[in-house]
Amino acid sequence: MATRLTVNGKQLNTDLPEDVPLLWVLRDEFGMTGTKFGCGVSACGACTVHIDGEAQRSCQVALGDVWGDVTTIEGLGTPDNMAVIQQSWLDHQVAQCGWCQSGQIMQAASLLAQNPTPTDQDIDDAMQGNLCRCGTYPRIRAAIHDAASKIGG
Amino acid sequence: MANIRKIARRTFLIGSAAIVGGAAFGAWYVNRPAENPLKTPEGGAAFNPFVLIDQNGITLIAKHVEMGQGSRTTLAALIAEELDVRLEDVRVLQGQPAQAYYNSALLGELVPGNGYDRGGFAHALGETLGVLGKVLNMQVTGGSSAMKDGFTQMRLAGASAREALKDAAAARLGVAKSQLKTENGQVIAADGTTLAYTELAAEAGQMDLSEPELRPASEWKYIGKSMPRVDMAGKVTGTAQYGMDVRPEGLKFAALRANPKRTGMTKFDASAAETMPGVEGVYDLGDAIAVVANNTWLAMQALEAVEVTWGAALYPNETDQIFARIEQGFDLEANSTMRDDGDAEAGAPTGSLAVEAQYKAPYLAHAAMEPLNATALYTGDAMEIWSGNQGPMLHRQHAAAEAGLTEEQVTLHTPYLGGGFGRRGDFDYTSYVARLAVQMQGTPVMLTWSREEDMRHDFYRPGALARMKGAVKDGRAVLLDGQVSAQSTTVQVMKRWMDFEVGGPDKGHVDAIFNAPYAIENHRVRGYHADVDVPVGAWRSVAASFNAFFQDSFMDEMAHAAGVDPLEFRLQHMREEFPEGAACLEKVREMSAWTGSTPEGVGRGVAFAYSFGTPVAQVVEVVQQDSGIHVNKVWIACDMGTALDPSIIEAQMFGGMVYGLSAAIYEEITFSNGEVEQYNFPDFDATRMHTMPEVEVAILEAQEHLGGAGEPGTPPIAPALANALFDLTGTRARELPLNKTFDFKY
Ligand code: FES
Ligand code: FES
Repeated sequence: MATRLTVNGKQLNTDLPEDVPLLWVLRDEFGMTGTKFGCGVSACGACTVHIDGEAQRSCQVALGDVWGDVTTIEGLGTPDNMAVIQQSWLDHQVAQCGWCQSGQIMQAASLLAQNPTPTDQDIDDAMQGNLCRCGTYPRIRAAIHDAASKIGG
Repeated sequence: MANIRKIARRTFLIGSAAIVGGAAFGAWYVNRPAENPLKTPEGGAAFNPFVLIDQNGITLIAKHVEMGQGSRTTLAALIAEELDVRLEDVRVLQGQPAQAYYNSALLGELVPGNGYDRGGFAHALGETLGVLGKVLNMQVTGGSSAMKDGFTQMRLAGASAREALKDAAAARLGVAKSQLKTENGQVIAADGTTLAYTELAAEAGQMDLSEPELRPASEWKYIGKSMPRVDMAGKVTGTAQYGMDVRPEGLKFAALRANPKRTGMTKFDASAAETMPGVEGVYDLGDAIAVVANNTWLAMQALEAVEVTWGAALYPNETDQIFARIEQGFDLEANSTMRDDGDAEAGAPTGSLAVEAQYKAPYLAHAAMEPLNATALYTGDAMEIWSGNQGPMLHRQHAAAEAGLTEEQVTLHTPYLGGGFGRRGDFDYTSYVARLAVQMQGTPVMLTWSREEDMRHDFYRPGALARMKGAVKDGRAVLLDGQVSAQSTTVQVMKRWMDFEVGGPDKGHVDAIFNAPYAIENHRVRGYHADVDVPVGAWRSVAASFNAFFQDSFMDEMAHAAGVDPLEFRLQHMREEFPEGAACLEKVREMSAWTGSTPEGVGRGVAFAYSFGTPVAQVVEVVQQDSGIHVNKVWIACDMGTALDPSIIEAQMFGGMVYGLSAAIYEEITFSNGEVEQYNFPDFDATRMHTMPEVEVAILEAQEHLGGAGEPGTPPIAPALANALFDLTGTRARELPLNKTFDFKY
């Protein structure tokens, strides 16, 4: 039975079983590889996407349970038309290997949507589920503050 | 050439005798230019293995893989500096496997001597030995060597192409070459006429290449500046392509389950798995099973349903037994005595105060963020492979062997690596996918490891033990007699990668301890190869990662025994021995406003390590909070010789530090019943946003030679932190990870 999803504003169908995690539907079925696999057990945040605007671990959401519109890193902005937060990430030269960064950015975007002027403590609380083995945290923090100041005007 | 390879394949001495080996190959062989792997494009030119220009644009080739360390950007900037192009106007691609891209600097680390006082002669020897890499097909990214390797070669590549383009323009315009200048991808004549490189390339390709002069540092536009990374836009928009992101037409998805005891497999029953949703086949890979499906997750689910009987481990089953064997290593003959000043055998001199301590460091996994994976398509007489790897020629060679093909029949692509840290030098995941693809002729297949497979089938940082004896008198160290026992990474890696039996003193094994730049009257360092066979490999900074912990924890213990401020104590022994190293210590003293005393509830520690050509000093501050001890701030000073790109170096310094900090506090690989007990991040955690210290990095440029950036930030943090914790609590931790002894904030 086909399941219908809305991803980045597009309607997409899949025949995969309903228990397949959204992460693997996006990556292997829809070819949307911007969302990354890191642990599969909700311990790293690399797979973070938005469902109805809120950050979720896509490795933990079964296809049959997706309750709203999905936004992935590809839906946030493109190299030629970046979202403000992506531009801040670029300005601060955040990424090293980069594998965690889609998830970091989606998590941070969700934070800023709820809290346009986060304190360092707010950033700690919101971002601690997102692991970065390359240790880019200082620049992530700077980029979030930068994006907050730009979005807030 | 076959002959040369045969000579090289004999026992290869890793200590002083290697130089003899290097000389034996002769300049005639190693100086022959390697064949240009780039084909001349339609209407353009491949000037050398690094610069290709045609009507569509300018392409630069990075010889080292990009795993996060930023080398693609800096290698391109070095070419661009002389070629006169802007990075935003060029494409930068990863080099295919080719001898032209061999690493000339990596083996230079094997030169005898401590490195830090390497004079011109020893440095030249290092370069001579480096060319061995060419004989051995070592196209390897590792050893923090990319910049030492590329600094001159890349600039020459840019400059010689630029000169050829000017020759072509001079011929076309009928003016003297001296009237021409170059800028932003164009040749500009005195009358203002501009000719784009893209339209001159075909003619320029016909010009004779001469050895050009390189510009002096005073004229550099890019070198020494923080360049925007060429991989950044892709990485912040999810469009950068990593190994796991390739999608060749008709791709199938497979998952792997290999023996957690690291030997073969007696039997398996896959009948339940075969009928599970999405499953298209179950394959026997000899010592592993692969399930192929229409989705990676469905393949992983089906793998769980396969019943396998695994072979037994070839190493002791339990962690304690493994460490007992490491302990027994001290009873064997020392593999090396790389430092032996004065008379350490005599023990503590009369009138001195003896200090003794033993230390322990665990096995560690790499846990790169992107789990291991590779993709292959086998078509009978050829194979195409996509594998994020740190050694393209090595991976291709082993994939070809799996498929019974020649290396030329295998095309290997190296997409971005979601972290490497040394793990992706090993080629097991590339071999597995090649083995699978052969059984699926005509169908491309991606083989992905779960995080659990990745963590439990690593080539680990070896566990290590140290016995340290010292003595202090009148505020100075008068004896330091260190012994280290561990498995040798060098021996195992050379055997696995190159089929080399290495013998002789293993310098890498005692790195950052034998060459710790402290002048001590009686100073001996002996290395022991423990006789145990847990799979081990290169882990960011290799043996320096544990040796620095032993060395600089013990320096701290001696400082306290001598009643001297630990930072001042180090300086006293280093100022004359290695002024550039001492300057790093002075720098962190200034940055952290070090006074030697801390208020109640605050602790500070300092440590220093010299590795991969770079001295690094770090000061750490810890604070006692209600929820546990928090690492509050780390000050880092390093000396790079020339800082090619300050932003990238800064990122490597704090990134390397965090990698070591995570290990120092949380990480340990243990064994039970022959299997690794850690499965996933909850068992092998790391520093996160809320536990991350503030960092401050200073980059000095006093050294004569270029230092590496990727690894030297890692070794000093474990001892600096242990020393800070001693300052805070009065408890001396001699075993890692430190959460065994202290309660950290979670
Ligand atoms: S892959 Fe989902 S949290 Fe790690
Ligand atoms: S940038 Fe490599 S894991 Fe975050």
